[in-house]
Amino acid sequence: MTALTLLFDLVIPALKIAAIILYPLVMVIVMIWMERRVVAFIQGRLGPNRVGFQGVLQPVADAMKLFFKEDIIPRQADRLLFNLSPVLVMVSSLLAFAFIPLGGSFEIKGYAIDMWIAASPVGLLLVLGLSSIGVFGIVFGGWASNSKYPLMGALRSVVQILSYEIPLGLTVLTVVFFSRSMDLVAIVNHQKDARVWFGFLLPVSFIVFWISGIAETNRAPFDLPEAESELVAGYHTEYSGMKFAFFYIAEYAHMVLVSSLVVILFFGGWLPPFPNVKALAFLGGLPGFAWYLIKIMFFLYLYIWIRGTLPRYRFDALIKLVWKWLVPLALLNFVIVALAWYLL
Amino acid sequence: MAFKEIELNMGPQHPSTHGVLRLKLSVDNEVVLAIEPVIGYLHRGMEKLWESLTYRQIVPLTDRLDYLAAVSNNLAYVLAVEKLMGLEVPPRARYIRVILAELQRLASHLAWVGFMANDIGAMTVLLYSFEDREDILDIFEAYVGARLTVHGVRIGGVPFDLDEQVIGMIRRVLDETPKKVADIEKLLNDNRIWLHRTRGVGVISAADALGLGLTGPALRATGVAWDIRRDLPYSSYEDFEFDVPVRPGGDVYDRYLVRMEEIRQSLRIVRQALGRLRPGEHRVKVPRVLKIPAGEVFHTIEAPKGELGFYIRSNGTDKPERVKMKSPSFINLQSLERMSKGYLFSDVVGILGSLDIVLGEIDK
Repeated sequence: MTALTLLFDLVIPALKIAAIILYPLVMVIVMIWMERRVVAFIQGRLGPNRVGFQGVLQPVADAMKLFFKEDIIPRQADRLLFNLSPVLVMVSSLLAFAFIPLGGSFEIKGYAIDMWIAASPVGLLLVLGLSSIGVFGIVFGGWASNSKYPLMGALRSVVQILSYEIPLGLTVLTVVFFSRSMDLVAIVNHQKDARVWFGFLLPVSFIVFWISGIAETNRAPFDLPEAESELVAGYHTEYSGMKFAFFYIAEYAHMVLVSSLVVILFFGGWLPPFPNVKALAFLGGLPGFAWYLIKIMFFLYLYIWIRGTLPRYRFDALIKLVWKWLVPLALLNFVIVALAWYLL
Repeated sequence: MAFKEIELNMGPQHPSTHGVLRLKLSVDNEVVLAIEPVIGYLHRGMEKLWESLTYRQIVPLTDRLDYLAAVSNNLAYVLAVEKLMGLEVPPRARYIRVILAELQRLASHLAWVGFMANDIGAMTVLLYSFEDREDILDIFEAYVGARLTVHGVRIGGVPFDLDEQVIGMIRRVLDETPKKVADIEKLLNDNRIWLHRTRGVGVISAADALGLGLTGPALRATGVAWDIRRDLPYSSYEDFEFDVPVRPGGDVYDRYLVRMEEIRQSLRIVRQALGRLRPGEHRVKVPRVLKIPAGEVFHTIEAPKGELGFYIRSNGTDKPERVKMKSPSFINLQSLERMSKGYLFSDVVGILGSLDIVLGEIDK
């Protein structure tokens, strides 16, 4: 039996690591396809539907095209930083997935397998920290391109991401009040024990977190760093081929990450809904991973829906929104939650 | 991080310069200090070319000026030639011209609102408005066979009579468009982001607008009620009842509202014209070789983008000695700098969009 356990100890982590690297990439492919199709349907057109069933292989075809494209480095670019920044952006957004629990634990032949790689006691901090490292990639990319549009895009991006980190952090703290832990697995388990999701306990936290999350990922209506009609392509204007694809993939992986965080922090991660209703207990029959997927798909769909509906913010309004509304709101929310926690 | 002033080159290859316009911008951080439009990337030597073509051959070339409003260009040129010849056009032809020109205005304004919204980031509006525009292009296709470069007006009248099929299509557009326009307005009118991006942005006073020669909807958005269709009627516009929408603000939002209202007024005119269409000739016979006695003429119409005028000098041969075009886009572009100084770089995109320029008409 020890030989088998040893095998499990070696093989399972290796498989899990492979899976956790592939998982965001697969989600990115799904997301790119979904985004193009859904936006197309919102706009009354068909979208890509030729490559594969309903166009599902379109992102693969796009990736192949990008793979074979010439890799251009502008002559005046800072080569080291220029090459480093797509890697930074990509690695930081993929690495954060190591701490994201995709489901609960299950057992195979008495051997417990967790649906996460690392359940760190400070997992939440690590995820936020790692995903913020991506901003260095954006700044380096914009600066190293030695070109004006990328520089402006990078500057916008820094101001935007740094500003929106603050309400993000403040709202996350309110969740930690209840869960008494920064471990993402513990946070979900706490919601299981409490039989209520934090999103319903802390609606303000959820809304502020979600708005900040959209801004963090540079998505519409906060897509100023890469506003097409203004800055051409923003910080990655000068990138081509796979380096461009890295930025692209990282952006989508980041969206999956933020959606995952929303689901884990506020909507019970892999937990099935309505745990209190006896008649709906069969919902627990679906595996946890499926519930997690359904939930993040909803938020990924929201991303697309918002993009299809709203115009773009102007920079001053964007900053005004965070400093005049979201930060005070998050602070107030923080104080109220803290007082409630203290008094009750 | 403080930049000193930096020079930014926008275009000729840029997603929102609507063609091959180049803007030389000086910005401090993102605040615009100066803008210099550089034009000529689409210059085809039209005016010189026309001197070697006969009067008739010029008409289809005018399609290529403002390619979003081909019929209006045809109409302006043809009216100038007819004025020079002293040619009277039968009423049915005049009405059909009005119908075509107003449909073209609809198509142009719909394309405009789409591009404008896309510049500000609301890309869905572009697709919606193009769907509506598509129906109008279908009408042109059924009428003359072309969609973009229509060539729908000929010297002496219009090429074909309106048949039942085309009239049916027009009636359908008259019914459908208000609904679709309402959809677009629902997306934009009360949208806070849209209001923030357009209201109080790119303001120009009526005096400045007149001084810079601003024309068309952009002028009417500064409070000046000047519409050639009403004030110097041509092609029997005096027969129809319509309002000239005027807004006092002079900003991007007012330009948007004026154009949206003009869409409704155009529908009104088309409806009246269809109702009053009486049987008759749709063109008069004009000699194959058109020799016009020496003389000169200037005629303007209210094109979708503003006042479109043609000056023609003839020397008695079948070719004009000189044709000069007063194109609204070219003149409206002049006021870009006055409108955008002191605003943010992001606003330049919206202001440029709100002027509704077409490079084919600017560069000629």
